[in-house]
Amino acid sequence: MDFLNAIILLLNYIFVPALAYGSQLALGAIFVTLIYGILRFANFATGDMMSFGTMFTILFTWYFQSLGISLGVLPTALLAIPFAIIFMSGYMLLVDKFVFKYYRVNKSPPVQLAMVSIGVMFVTQAVVRIIIGPSDRRFFDGEKFIIKAGEFKELTGLNEGLAIKSTQVITIVVTMILVSILFWFLNKTKTGKSMRAYSDNEDLALLSGIDPKKIVLITWIIAGILATIGGALYGLDKSFKPFTYFNNMLPIFAAAIVGGIGNPFGAFLGGYVIAFSEILLTYAYRKFFMYILPETMEPGGLVQLLSTDYKFAVSFSILVIVLLYRPSGIFKGKIL
Amino acid sequence: MRKNLNVITAYSIMMGLIILVGIFQSWNIALSIFNLCLISAVMTMGANIQWGYAGLINFGIMGYTALGGLAAVLISVDPVQDAWSAGGFDVLTSLFIIIGMIVAIKFILKRYEKSKIRTYFIASIIIVGIIIIRITAEPGIEAIEAIDPAKTGFLGGLGLPIVFSWIVGALFAGGLAFVVGKVALGLRADYLAIATLLISEIVIAIIKHEDWLTRGVKNVIGLKRPAPYEVDLQTTGWFIDLVEKFNSGKLALISDLAERQSALNQLVIEGSSLFVKLCYSGLFLIVVIILLILTQKALYSPWGRMMRAIRDNEEAANAMGKNVVKQHLLIFILGSAIVGIAGAMLVTQDGLFTPGSYRPMRYTFLIWVMVIVGGSGNNFGAILGGFAVWFLWIEAAPIALFLINFFTSGMAETNSFKVHLIESVPYFRFLMMGIGLLLIMRYRPRGILPEKIEIK
Repeated sequence: MDFLNAIILLLNYIFVPALAYGSQLALGAIFVTLIYGILRFANFATGDMMSFGTMFTILFTWYFQSLGISLGVLPTALLAIPFAIIFMSGYMLLVDKFVFKYYRVNKSPPVQLAMVSIGVMFVTQAVVRIIIGPSDRRFFDGEKFIIKAGEFKELTGLNEGLAIKSTQVITIVVTMILVSILFWFLNKTKTGKSMRAYSDNEDLALLSGIDPKKIVLITWIIAGILATIGGALYGLDKSFKPFTYFNNMLPIFAAAIVGGIGNPFGAFLGGYVIAFSEILLTYAYRKFFMYILPETMEPGGLVQLLSTDYKFAVSFSILVIVLLYRPSGIFKGKIL
Repeated sequence: MRKNLNVITAYSIMMGLIILVGIFQSWNIALSIFNLCLISAVMTMGANIQWGYAGLINFGIMGYTALGGLAAVLISVDPVQDAWSAGGFDVLTSLFIIIGMIVAIKFILKRYEKSKIRTYFIASIIIVGIIIIRITAEPGIEAIEAIDPAKTGFLGGLGLPIVFSWIVGALFAGGLAFVVGKVALGLRADYLAIATLLISEIVIAIIKHEDWLTRGVKNVIGLKRPAPYEVDLQTTGWFIDLVEKFNSGKLALISDLAERQSALNQLVIEGSSLFVKLCYSGLFLIVVIILLILTQKALYSPWGRMMRAIRDNEEAANAMGKNVVKQHLLIFILGSAIVGIAGAMLVTQDGLFTPGSYRPMRYTFLIWVMVIVGGSGNNFGAILGGFAVWFLWIEAAPIALFLINFFTSGMAETNSFKVHLIESVPYFRFLMMGIGLLLIMRYRPRGILPEKIEIK
């Protein structure tokens, strides 16, 4: 019984939250990696582009709510996401046309494009704050929990409760569906294959008749989809605040590089690596050991490897270690 | 003279703008803008050395700034004796353990060939070391933080004059840059950018949460000043005389004696804060001028020529027998040290250290905008960038407000669109920065004052 309690404890405090957080990071990391692989620059506007997409989701959610449309137990935001994606992709293409295209055509070095993306970051951040303001916003509606901790306890008779939020399940399910479609697209369709070819060797791809304009267009649209959905899921699960989104750029970068930048599958797994290590290293295992060990051996302290203050620092340290020992990432991305 | 014409014009316009602020808003605002411009100029000079001279991208400016600020605290605050006696021993023991760990790892790295066993051994040393440090330091840290947590709760500093911290801040930042450079400088440019950005976040996380050293988010306030205090000035005889002499024309117009006295008092209060700001301006100007002379000398020296050669063609420079790795590390340390000075100056001016206020937007990306806008590779350009961007950053809100009122003048005061726009005035500065950066990068990619190298 104690053993079961210990397992449930870990599931409740580590596994489920990390899986949801990891999914949100994974979507962002695939976004970064696609831009890096195909357009060949580190996009410092990642976090703010995600907040831009989320802003549209929120605006549409409010609009639908004012019309009285809802999805019942599911959050209205799910209905708003497709509309937000349209606007988001439009914004991405606009930014590309007026900003990035010039440097791409001139074959500027990647560093210059990264600098330009800082300009885009400033502008996007300003637009988001001007339109929706800098404050914390929750836009979740519908049923909040799938299982509440109390219900679970009654159901199973265990001491530990397992609470699963519906946003966590939605996050994981949506991520899985989206990522499966994306990998199917990249690996099986002709357009996807030409994208991979373009990423692998630009000149060779051009010689074989691949249209670079089309590739760039599709990349930005996919990026828009990923940014909007990733941002909206994060906002549903936690809350929407432009500043947090800007900060989320950092673990997302870490996830993309840890997984091997330029490699979408690596980025996907990198998100979970970062999320799990952040939560595993900063969780206080005291209660876990109380269940597992006999009473005489109970630990005195919190049995916490690092204080929760260092949550972000954990992922960055992992990144530094990876950069040192295996700069191309765990799953072999582009060679540096 | 002719060839420096654009430099002179640009600087005169900048000075003119600041003087205009003085006339139309107040001299107090103008001087505080000027002081922060000077500090920004020091930061941009540091970033310019790395980016403009050597082409090294450093997105960790925030971390070095914060370390400089930390130096200001550790140098100027009086030591907290109780805290030292309560937990000083434990903290020192942990420090020795850390030094022991580093020595042991160095020894192993030197002595043994690269192998899996070596890697595991080093990893186990680190893990065991961290556990031991946690066990030894925990009671000490708790004891330190328990001592009068509302006022101290940390070890305090050395109690020296705060100006020394400008040098110590440079040393701190340089030390960190040495470690970061050793780790990350081999990376390609955009990876280096990301790595330095993340490392600076780690530095901030440590400063924020190690309360025994920095008081963390509880902030350190009331730091010593290199300049006199306003309150003291207001009661000092020579200062009151000075203000009286300065404003004698204005005061002579007031015939009533009591009224004249109160007017004088008002002037003294205003004058005292101006005087303090002027003191800071003087100190900062000295730093900026010294740094400018040094960096100009370096730029035109054989060393500067070598750095440009390395920047423009690393392989060729390497083939000519220049040690690229070593020079990169050196310039990374130098630039970061200058940023460290700026960090210490900033805390000196504010008189308080607030770890929570270090955000990458303000301390990393804004500095980069300054360098790019001003003109990388040109020290005068970098300083001008610091001035122009900081000026715009502060004055963006009034400008935006003016523009909004101008364009929406046809709308009613209660129009919700207009009200919303006016409420979000503070965020227009981001918009202006972004658009400014994008325009400069597109139409004048070498900055307002581009790099100009003549070999005499």
